Amino acid sequence: MLEIRNLHVAIGDTPILAGIDLEVKAGEVHAIMGPNGSGKSTLAQVLAGREGYTVTAGSVRYLGQDLLALEPEARARAGVFLAFQYPLEIPGVANVQLLRTALNSVRRARGEPELDAMDFLDAVKAKLALLGMDEGFLYRAVNEGFSGGEKKRNEILQMAVLEPRLAILDETDSGLDIDALKTVAHGVNALKHPQRAVILVTHYQRLLNYIVPDRVHVLAAGRIVRSGDASLALELEDKGYAWLTHDAESQPTPAESRP
Amino acid sequence: MNHAEVSRADERNPELASRVADEYRWGFVTDIEQETVPRELNEDIVRLISARKNEPEFMLEWRLRAYRHWLTMREPTWSSVHHPPIDYQAIHYYAAPKTRTQPKDLSEVDPELLRTYEKLGIPLQEREALAGVAVDAVFDSVSVATTFKDKLERLGIIFCSFSEAVQKHPELVRAYLGSVVPYTDNYFATLNSAVFSDGSFVYVPKGVRCPMELSTYFRINARNSGQFERTLIVADEGAYVSYLEGCTAPMRDENQLHAAVVELVALADARIKYSTVQNWYPGDREGRGGIYNFVTKRGDCRGDRAHISWTQVETGSAITWKYPSCILTGNDSVGEFYSVALTNHHQQADTGTKMIHIGRNTRSTIVSKGISAGSGSNAYRGLVKVLPSAANARNHTQCDSLLMSDHCAAHTFPYIEVKNASATVEHEATTSKIGDDQLFYLRSRGLSEEDAVNLIVNGFCKEVFRELPMEFAVEAQKLLAVSLEGAIG
Repeated sequence: MLEIRNLHVAIGDTPILAGIDLEVKAGEVHAIMGPNGSGKSTLAQVLAGREGYTVTAGSVRYLGQDLLALEPEARARAGVFLAFQYPLEIPGVANVQLLRTALNSVRRARGEPELDAMDFLDAVKAKLALLGMDEGFLYRAVNEGFSGGEKKRNEILQMAVLEPRLAILDETDSGLDIDALKTVAHGVNALKHPQRAVILVTHYQRLLNYIVPDRVHVLAAGRIVRSGDASLALELEDKGYAWLTHDAESQPTPAESRP
Repeated sequence: MNHAEVSRADERNPELASRVADEYRWGFVTDIEQETVPRELNEDIVRLISARKNEPEFMLEWRLRAYRHWLTMREPTWSSVHHPPIDYQAIHYYAAPKTRTQPKDLSEVDPELLRTYEKLGIPLQEREALAGVAVDAVFDSVSVATTFKDKLERLGIIFCSFSEAVQKHPELVRAYLGSVVPYTDNYFATLNSAVFSDGSFVYVPKGVRCPMELSTYFRINARNSGQFERTLIVADEGAYVSYLEGCTAPMRDENQLHAAVVELVALADARIKYSTVQNWYPGDREGRGGIYNFVTKRGDCRGDRAHISWTQVETGSAITWKYPSCILTGNDSVGEFYSVALTNHHQQADTGTKMIHIGRNTRSTIVSKGISAGSGSNAYRGLVKVLPSAANARNHTQCDSLLMSDHCAAHTFPYIEVKNASATVEHEATTSKIGDDQLFYLRSRGLSEEDAVNLIVNGFCKEVFRELPMEFAVEAQKLLAVSLEGAIG
């Protein structure tokens, strides 16, 4: 589904990613872990099409297409979804309005008929029930005045409504208490599907207690320095990152990439 | 020239009158259907307008007083808008000059304008009328209009053109005309008082609630409203009326200067809701052409517990210069102003309101949303004045600006004068730039950049849109979308 080959990315003259190779197949869950500044979020943003990054080498193919050639909205319509680390507030715009506009944009692109208000409401209520979320969510302005946990759950709701093929969750677990974490994990698990792949970008192992990944990759200084199965995450929990990142960091250093 | 003579000739035979004049000093240009007065302004023109409209003496006197006063005035320079000097002698004050250049069919109309009609979903037959195509009857709005009129008449509501009101209800016109905006008020209102061509008149009798929005057929009728429009709305005690002005379609119009006056009078316990969507020609992308819209709008809450709301969505015109205001004379009266003003390309808007608190316990609310895109310039200018008599007066003002580009401008000029210590006056203001982050967020959900911009802008304007009647709100959203095309950058 997703093939990343030798991906190099810079912000201005500063290299952030220094040759990422990653293959994700339909039905798989991959976790990308790593210390702060390793380039995890950059990878997520580049896949979603955020401006301001320069791809200096390499390629990304998604379902046979050159993903990097597509505008962000074209990626979304082709089934790529990024759950933001810091979801944006859109004052005055009701959640339900954004959800419906987004879903209909995606449906149009797929050649499916747009849903009218009633059909849409039925569909979205089913998703709310699936995620155990309150209907009141729909009528609040997008992320405005939401708590951190509510914002993250709102991202999961958007994901559930849009039913992407490739979902990328950028530190969706950060700042969540244990209940919110469980809700988020439950939402992701409920969306697991043989035709759907998930990339979890996370700093901590604890999310992986609830969403068991097929593969775990450790990113350090813009490279994947170790890949393994779910047990690698547990090992990281014990040992931290230093034992893996030491090698990477002793090389000429791509700069910190925190946004 | 003997004006009385012309006036009499006019009554008997307008054609003859114009022929006589044609050979005389005004040099009328008369063809079969249209006549235009030469481009100039003097007392004779004022007399001529009044005569052509067969106005009673008091109207002529009023116009002449206004004209003479206007001669003593100077064009104001305090606003933030800039334009080349206006030559008031180079304007046709009678008959619409636009009729001389009417296109024969839609193929002669600016394709940009047609594209806009299409986007706004305006029915095909109406597009011709809006574009000013010279056809006899493109759209039969007459029967619709008549149906409404019958219904309103049964309730005693008068809703007609200003000219008709002068003929049929001179006592009402005489009692209220100029009672809110006197002919001495300001340069443009004074000019309007002297030369106004037509407009609308509404009277809602005591205790009557007008059962429909007074608007329905304006989309077509507005075509003839002309350059110096005058509207007078009177809601008698306990009456209610909602009036919708304007239309969302950009009118093809070659009059550059528009100087309208709107007066509202709300007696005790009456309520007037006045909504405007203004989308006159804004000029092209380089700032050439476009309407100068210099309007005086004011309402008087003349009785206790009267309530006047102004809601406006201003997206058109090269220059917009208007301050719909409320004079809160009655005790416990309420004034409201909700505004969205959008400027794109080289448009300029200097708009806001005045809330004059005179009565006790008077309340006012101001919500102003300015959107600047391209090289547009947008100013909010508002006055909240609390007189010594206005014990416990309250005002809340919220004034938000949204910037869409790096070379647009937003200004806020709040003036607050409080002469009663028991008053509460609050002012909040914010300025934000539409964020790349927000746009990326929405695009990553599948929205095109254009849809993303529209969603953000509609969210920004929500507090104002929800004051508009439903269909108007829907049209206003579409209109903003059209006005903002290509606005990011």
